[in-house]
Amino acid sequence: MKTWILLLFMFAQTVSAEIEVYDFKDPVLEKRYQSLTEELRCLVCQNQNIADSHAELAQDLRRKVFELLNRGQSDTEIVNYMTDRYGDFVLYRPPFNFKTMILWLGPLLAVLLGALGYSRVVKNTKRSPDTASEDDLKAVQNLLDKE
Amino acid sequence: MSMRNWIPLVFFLVLVVFLGIGLGLNPKEVPSPLIGKKAPDFNLAQLHQPNQTFSSEQMLGKVWLFNVWASWCVSCREEHRVLNDFNQLQIAPIVGLNYKDEPLDAINWLNKLGNPYLLSVSDSAGKAGLDFGVYGVPETFLIDKKGIIRHKHIGPVTVKALQEEIMPLIAQLNQEAG
Repeated sequence: MKTWILLLFMFAQTVSAEIEVYDFKDPVLEKRYQSLTEELRCLVCQNQNIADSHAELAQDLRRKVFELLNRGQSDTEIVNYMTDRYGDFVLYRPPFNFKTMILWLGPLLAVLLGALGYSRVVKNTKRSPDTASEDDLKAVQNLLDKE
Repeated sequence: MSMRNWIPLVFFLVLVVFLGIGLGLNPKEVPSPLIGKKAPDFNLAQLHQPNQTFSSEQMLGKVWLFNVWASWCVSCREEHRVLNDFNQLQIAPIVGLNYKDEPLDAINWLNKLGNPYLLSVSDSAGKAGLDFGVYGVPETFLIDKKGIIRHKHIGPVTVKALQEEIMPLIAQLNQEAG
């Protein structure tokens, strides 16, 4: 019985690990294929690149990348082919432009604002002993005397 | 309370507004870069008459809908009723792109559920679909008299989408010169 269950698991593994492999005659082309498919987002399962995705669309896009590479197109031409059809969203690293400005600069802005706030808080706490009232100082002195 | 104490609250409220907007957006709806551009050319075999082809240029001068569908697509079924009703109104012709489908399955599907299309073309390999940036069926494009894509609807067309977006836009596009 145990062996049967184990066998079943083995089948499950082979089914889920099915991503087609393309034969490249040129290892440089293969490298470019890998980096391109890692940079392109699958639009069906949006948190995966097309290199990892099993979605049918990802399969089609991989085939297209393979085709265009073999036709001798450059990386930028292939990326343009994809963004012409699917928009900047298909790129894992969207280009820096007016629309994506908040995306690229937002985190920096947040850090700067945080630093500004922090420095102000630090400044204020440093100043507080100077501004302590006479009464407060007396109360502290009393406490210290008690020790 | 001094002005300074209000700053964190203001920040918080701005954040709440942004997150609120973000919750209302549908991440599955990726804006198409094709809007405002000429619809990609295609010349494909017709579903019902495979020996005849149909090209997008034949629709020049008309405002029309280009609907991507397939018999294997579950939400197309839901949409189909809406399209059948829309076709009764004779507002704009619908051309179907039968996407990655078996022609026989597609024809049976139409026979069973009704055929709202002026005609459908077969895109078994999904090539035209790729050119149109299709990533989830059904999708619907509204194309003007000059052959320019003016609107894209992702997912099943609903009565609400027809009434609020598509039909007013068709009326507007009909006014434009061809």
